Amino acid sequence: MMRFILPLVIFLALAAFLFKGLSLDPREVPSPLIDKPAPAFTLPQLHNPKKQFSPADMKGKVWMLNVWASWCVSCRDEHPLLVSLAEQKTVAIYGLNYKDKRADAELWLQRGGDPYVLSVSDTEGRIGIEYGVYGVPETYVIDKQGVIRYKQIGPVTMQSLSDTILPLVAKLEKE
Amino acid sequence: MMKWLPILMLSLLPVFAHAGEAKDLADDPVLEKRMVVLAEKLRCLVCQNESLASSHAELAEDLRREVREQMSLGKSDQEIIDYLVSRYGDFVLYDPPMKSYTVLLWFGPFALLLIGVGMLLYQVRKRRQTVPETQLSDEAQKRAAALLNDQE
Repeated sequence: MMRFILPLVIFLALAAFLFKGLSLDPREVPSPLIDKPAPAFTLPQLHNPKKQFSPADMKGKVWMLNVWASWCVSCRDEHPLLVSLAEQKTVAIYGLNYKDKRADAELWLQRGGDPYVLSVSDTEGRIGIEYGVYGVPETYVIDKQGVIRYKQIGPVTMQSLSDTILPLVAKLEKE
Repeated sequence: MMKWLPILMLSLLPVFAHAGEAKDLADDPVLEKRMVVLAEKLRCLVCQNESLASSHAELAEDLRREVREQMSLGKSDQEIIDYLVSRYGDFVLYDPPMKSYTVLLWFGPFALLLIGVGMLLYQVRKRRQTVPETQLSDEAQKRAAALLNDQE
């Protein structure tokens, strides 16, 4: 009897691991920046390059930093969601325009709507590296102390908003 | 002849397409070599089975630039690796560090090997018990010897 049960148990264990693997996304690399201070930067604003923006300006506020680009296809998926989120005014969204041309970026916002309080231009992608960006779009939730509390890799979805991001923002607002 | 001209030109296309990569080379060949050696040990996050040195993804290009710049600022290889790990996590390393959650990764194969050897020994021992030694009579012994010698 044992000679049948043992292979069956081994097979079931292997099948369970493989089945679990089906729902894991190897492209999702956990960020080491969670619960670390958001890297500092000073970048020119997209709409007004003479003015600058730095995360230090946001001390005391809960905010979202969304990495986007006009050439990014999945940004198009999440964009309407960001626009409607901005209309609700629950959380301020700032944009990091990643490796983009200014004219393209402005045109893109004109067409799809501008959910951002403001966007900054990271033309060379240097600040992207500071934040561990490896695929656009990516979104960071940053608390009042300027600490990164959550990172969304890939587009923000209705589900990730209602399950994770909005409850987290509400919690951070009370801190 | 004219018929072949377009084909000839098309076949030359890859040569020109290749030209764009030249910008990746730094002015300093020593530094470039050091950068490539380091980048061989790092993983490109976009095409995850390629090293940072061999990947043509745009992010890999940017990261090579970053490594190059930090080297020219006089940072050591370890400092640069630490920087990249602090931004992208252990995932950028092709050689995963030994940590509590990588124990299975490092020792799992050896554990499986031990289990296999254990099972093999168990089976061999069990079989030895079930196959009895047959006692041969003198007659049979002689016949067996004759047969074996005959084969030689």
